[in-house]
Amino acid sequence: MNQSKWVWFGLPLLLLGLLSVIVMKGGLLSGLRRGLPPVEELTVNRVRLAPGHMWLEVVNGGPDPVTVAQVMVDEAFWHFTMEPGRTVPRLGRATIEIPYPWMVGEPHHVKLVSSNGITFDHEISVAAETPAVDAQYLLTFTLVGLYVGVLPVAIGLLWLPFLKRLGRRWIHFALALTGGLLAFLVAEALHEALETAERVAGAFQGTGLVVLAVAGSWLLLQAAGGVRRPPGTDGRAVRLELTFLIALGIGLHNLGEGLAIGAAYAQGAVSLGAFLIVGFMIHNTTEGLGIVAPVAQDSPSLRSLALAGLLAGGPTIPGAWLGGLAYSPWLGAVCLGVGAGAILQVLGVLYRVVARETTDALWTPLNAIGVGAGMVLMYGTGLLVAR
Amino acid sequence: MTHVSRREALMRGLVGPAGLASIVSIARDSLLDEQVDPQRVMSGGLPGAAGIDPIKFLSTFDHGEVSHRLNGQRVREYRMMAVDRKIEIMPGLFYDAWTYNGQVPGPTLRATEGDLVRVNFTNAGLHEHTIHFHGFHAADMDGALEQIPPGGSYIYEFEARPFGLHLYHCHTMPLKRHIAKGLYGAFVIDPEKPRAPAHEMVMVMNGFDVNFDSENEVYAVNTVPFAYQIHPIVLRRGELNRIYLVNALEFDLLNSIHIHANFFHVYRTGTSLVPTDFTDTITLGQGERHILELSYERPGKFMFHAHQSEFAELGWMGLFEVRDEPITA
Repeated sequence: MNQSKWVWFGLPLLLLGLLSVIVMKGGLLSGLRRGLPPVEELTVNRVRLAPGHMWLEVVNGGPDPVTVAQVMVDEAFWHFTMEPGRTVPRLGRATIEIPYPWMVGEPHHVKLVSSNGITFDHEISVAAETPAVDAQYLLTFTLVGLYVGVLPVAIGLLWLPFLKRLGRRWIHFALALTGGLLAFLVAEALHEALETAERVAGAFQGTGLVVLAVAGSWLLLQAAGGVRRPPGTDGRAVRLELTFLIALGIGLHNLGEGLAIGAAYAQGAVSLGAFLIVGFMIHNTTEGLGIVAPVAQDSPSLRSLALAGLLAGGPTIPGAWLGGLAYSPWLGAVCLGVGAGAILQVLGVLYRVVARETTDALWTPLNAIGVGAGMVLMYGTGLLVAR
Repeated sequence: MTHVSRREALMRGLVGPAGLASIVSIARDSLLDEQVDPQRVMSGGLPGAAGIDPIKFLSTFDHGEVSHRLNGQRVREYRMMAVDRKIEIMPGLFYDAWTYNGQVPGPTLRATEGDLVRVNFTNAGLHEHTIHFHGFHAADMDGALEQIPPGGSYIYEFEARPFGLHLYHCHTMPLKRHIAKGLYGAFVIDPEKPRAPAHEMVMVMNGFDVNFDSENEVYAVNTVPFAYQIHPIVLRRGELNRIYLVNALEFDLLNSIHIHANFFHVYRTGTSLVPTDFTDTITLGQGERHILELSYERPGKFMFHAHQSEFAELGWMGLFEVRDEPITA
């Protein structure tokens, strides 16, 4: 009986395989193709620049293989070499090296010409040497991560003693404010993720990828949170858990943020000026406030607080490293999506915790104002980090 | 790129007393090659399936099959066939061209003023085509109103007049597309009293819109970008050179030629035996063509290219190599 179960499981798969072979071999496709040229798609994932040299990392997101016949830079044919070869198979990758005397700070336009005359354009908006990922780079981005991620969150945590001295109503206001902050972050992360998704090569389905990342991280955290707590767990533990969840959500979000910053910096798309760093610091300090709000009425240990701070701000550092080392729109979209899903999940938990602690009406005017104020706060500080 | 192997250099060094001078000249040659190294601009040398040999095309003329009428008039009969053909214009870059006799540009037809020209045209392509000749002829010989369907044929007949450098091209709508796809060529009518003997070259300036966005991606003289940079055109010092220069470029309004370290006489449209200009750069609109005459007094490599630098870097660039020794075919 047990054996036959698997036979019945396998039968449809077998038929599907057989049908696929018939379609592939049966000459049906040649009729459908009507003698039309192949559909070609080639996407530039990343450009690296060194004096006198360009490297383009390309991916084939189309249904057919693409052969690069010639390369133009700034409307001039230019010599190039390609690894592993001129032909990029479906879903395959390749690196094109062009010995071109590009100019610092100027835009350059690369056009790849396929063997069928299809052209693929890529704009290097501001040419700058790609920083070598060495100890110096890692150190710089560790510092950047500390400045924009870890320290601001830690500073935000220092609001704890202030929150402790507030009445219950105002603590709920702080939690509502946190909710507003997080809701704003979700929207922002989703927007960035979908924007990045547009640069993902066709076959890798950028939008679907973001949906998958958002839903995946939401489901994962939801399932992790769904483990039944032993009876008698007090509200204190629940609140601490919420603090860690918020920290984790923000941490995952900051991983994506760090990735974006690192990649943008490496590609010369952004100069990390002092103003931008300060902007991120202010922006992220509000995140620290959100983390401590749930435990304001308790006295969490310094160790837990430090851990939560590190969890929220720390991922900026590996994110920035990764952004400089191996950025691709695919990775960017996934990281931003995971961040959005995580914060979305935290929002739900936050809502339930507050709802449980509130005996009377949840949506008091004060709480509603809190949510709105959180969003306004994020919007206002967001003005400082306009890229 | 001329590549002198180490062994060859040693051999040259061993041959006779000119050894040292020879090595110096090799060093100078390779320095020159370095500066104009075509590998810097294009990958992979010359394409294998271009449909024409750019070097041979320069001096290949179709004089037609010659016979005489009772009144003594010379008759030249040409066979022209419109054929669809995929050509490799740059290494690895293929273009679905429409061609006359399988080549872009079409064959250079040549007659003498007063000859009776008879062109037997067959359309073996998948679309309607014609041949429209520039010159004097009857209305039904104009190749603009009588469209020849696929599989059809037509005989164009007219007296070769006036002498000069003309062109022919397909005149089927959509016109831009029919010309840009490759249906054009040069048509030389010699004056009855021939021009002075010279080393003659046909240069049809053209381009290709490979992604069909109504802009050329590729520019060239005689179809293959950088062809004469990879294989410089060999000229003899002091010899008169005559260039039949035709602008068959579509989409771009203007094209030009600039010849380095020299000046040339211009015979506009080739319809006069007296030059109208002495210059080193001349601009041609679509369909314009001129005969240029020049000779080099110094040996070495000299560039020629469109003075629209964009066209030059997209393929319309070449080299003359002026030598002291006689040219061998």
